[in-house]
Amino acid sequence: MKEVNPVRVVDQEVYRQHDSESHDLLQVRGLESAFDTERGLLKAVDGVSFSVARGQTLGIVGESGCGKSVTAMSLISLLPRPAGKVLAGEVLFNGEDLLKVSENRLHEVRGGEIGTIFQEPMTALNPVHRIGRQVSEVFRLHKKLNKKEAWEASIEALRMTRIPSPEVRVGDYPHQLSGGMRQRVVIAMALACQPDLLIADEPTTALDVTVQAQILDLIQGLQAEMGMAAILITHDLGVIAENCDEVVVMYAGRIVERAPVKELFANPLHAYTRGLLNSIPRLSLPPKSELNTIPGMVASLSEMACGCRFCQRMGRESSLGDKRPEFREVSPGHWVEACPECYGEEAQEIA
Amino acid sequence: MSHSGKESLLSVKDVKVHFPVRSGLMLRQTGKVKAVDGVSLEIGEGETVGLVGESGCGKSTLAKAVVRLLKPNAGSVVFEGTDITRLSSRALRPLRSDMQMIFQDPVESLNPRQSVRQIIEEPLIIHREGDVAARRRRVDELLERVGLPANSGEKFAFEFSGGQRQRIGIARAIALNPKLIVCDEPVSALDVSVQSQIVNLLLELQREMGISYLFIAHDLAVVQHVSDRVAVMYLGKIVELATAEAIYQRPYHAYTKALLSAIPEADPTADRERILLEGDVPSPINPPAGSAFGHRISHPRYEETIGQDLSLVEIEPGHWVARDPCCLSEEDWNEVQ
Repeated sequence: MKEVNPVRVVDQEVYRQHDSESHDLLQVRGLESAFDTERGLLKAVDGVSFSVARGQTLGIVGESGCGKSVTAMSLISLLPRPAGKVLAGEVLFNGEDLLKVSENRLHEVRGGEIGTIFQEPMTALNPVHRIGRQVSEVFRLHKKLNKKEAWEASIEALRMTRIPSPEVRVGDYPHQLSGGMRQRVVIAMALACQPDLLIADEPTTALDVTVQAQILDLIQGLQAEMGMAAILITHDLGVIAENCDEVVVMYAGRIVERAPVKELFANPLHAYTRGLLNSIPRLSLPPKSELNTIPGMVASLSEMACGCRFCQRMGRESSLGDKRPEFREVSPGHWVEACPECYGEEAQEIA
Repeated sequence: MSHSGKESLLSVKDVKVHFPVRSGLMLRQTGKVKAVDGVSLEIGEGETVGLVGESGCGKSTLAKAVVRLLKPNAGSVVFEGTDITRLSSRALRPLRSDMQMIFQDPVESLNPRQSVRQIIEEPLIIHREGDVAARRRRVDELLERVGLPANSGEKFAFEFSGGQRQRIGIARAIALNPKLIVCDEPVSALDVSVQSQIVNLLLELQREMGISYLFIAHDLAVVQHVSDRVAVMYLGKIVELATAEAIYQRPYHAYTKALLSAIPEADPTADRERILLEGDVPSPINPPAGSAFGHRISHPRYEETIGQDLSLVEIEPGHWVARDPCCLSEEDWNEVQ
């Protein structure tokens, strides 16, 4: 599998195409998304490429503002309009470019072939409608069921997400449910039509650890049952480690590293990935010892460098100058943004 | 109850905080939320006690009761030998400088209309510390201490990132050289790389100034890292209390075990057994009559616990656990008996 992130060479987008492999459900190539603001066009996602194979889980990890949610929203054209727009790239889902299809087709895809779960279940649900009506809507729109059939199907969907006594709960309003139960309702809606791909954006961030474990366990179980692929977006490396097959690490709108999950944790190559992994408190560390930190802060979008952005944060000159580091496959399946300062012999020592 | 061996700065005894539930046309009291239902805890000088538990278990209510932002319905809070449980706010004021609080959301806890200098200076003004020039110097000193740029004083809170805002909150909290800081989820809203910076800062301040912390968080790894002792709370009660090491190495209570097993570990090769808890924390409005956790997991011995004393018992030196047959292994239960 060959794949390269767009490389910026003198203001010119050059990127090699994938060798298209039939088993990839989703292929994202050179995705660029931006927001039109008073300060001009700000690029939140700057040339991101990845793919998701059928039945696999891809984790996207990064800190707030790195563009992981904007990437997810771009895939199904859900960027807030009119400010947000996709500038370039391709999103091939089952071979069809979702950035080019009609609005009607997008309606079919969202909730039909691609299910989504967002962080805050309370805002995803309408507070003035009963749970049953909201879940029914999915069946009525996508499966063209009548009211009664859809209601019955909703009860089954809620049962699938292991909500206790779904035939009673279906008549409840969202505020009558706990956070974990609400998230189960959202999952029931997302998976109602047995989608091929689930996009879960911080699905458990608002929940307690015990409930988080239940929800992630549920998603994994249903995924295995339905053979569904998933994109799991989170800032929690623990969640990534336990739930993903492959991981993409994003920093400042770009992918800095991509690898199978075990490889990434065993052998992180980019200085940013190492920094992230080192800053988590671990049970094995001596208590009250100093934790590793990543100095500096992410630059604001309007001040983003063209060259290596992690060097910019660390306040050092990249030897590549303003040239965007190449995204290189350094061992099978392990890709890294090859800025000499962030990846390489010296970089290992700095990290 | 338990002593940490150190001189105790704060001693909380059997504190209860109940909120009335009112409903109907006349808003008659129809029940009460037993948010904190009989908690005893001591914090020594320079010690950090971590407090963990699911949302709704009463952690934040306990924190507020400890610094007397809430008046407990029963029990006592003794701070530095003074019983502050029933003190009036006027009588409390001189003690306030010794106990401060850091909140989870630095946006909501900082006044958007005040400059950072005004925010940090306010406690100094209230407690009549120094003149204008001295206060100015002190604020500059504090800004430097928490690692904010020198010109930050003239800016407003919204001009800062989440981590920097938390630093402002910390500067305000340490302005009066407090002896105790209650940290209510101080790093939960922050990214990992920033979280570690704030944790390091809190640890440094403790080493320098000998501050005690009551550290509340739902991230158990962070709590373990910063705490000397950890208390696990479930539905208004502490169910286990021990040194941070003991809690993680040898938890006795079934709830602690479940909580620990639920932490996702950043190691894909780790092979762990996960104890999945069914359901959510029961409502504190009408808590089960017996063991709350036994009720949640429908333990066969639940009936036995109704009306029984489920208070903490010292199972090992310094390691306290609820005397609850539903939540201890049979072996441990026999030992407790």
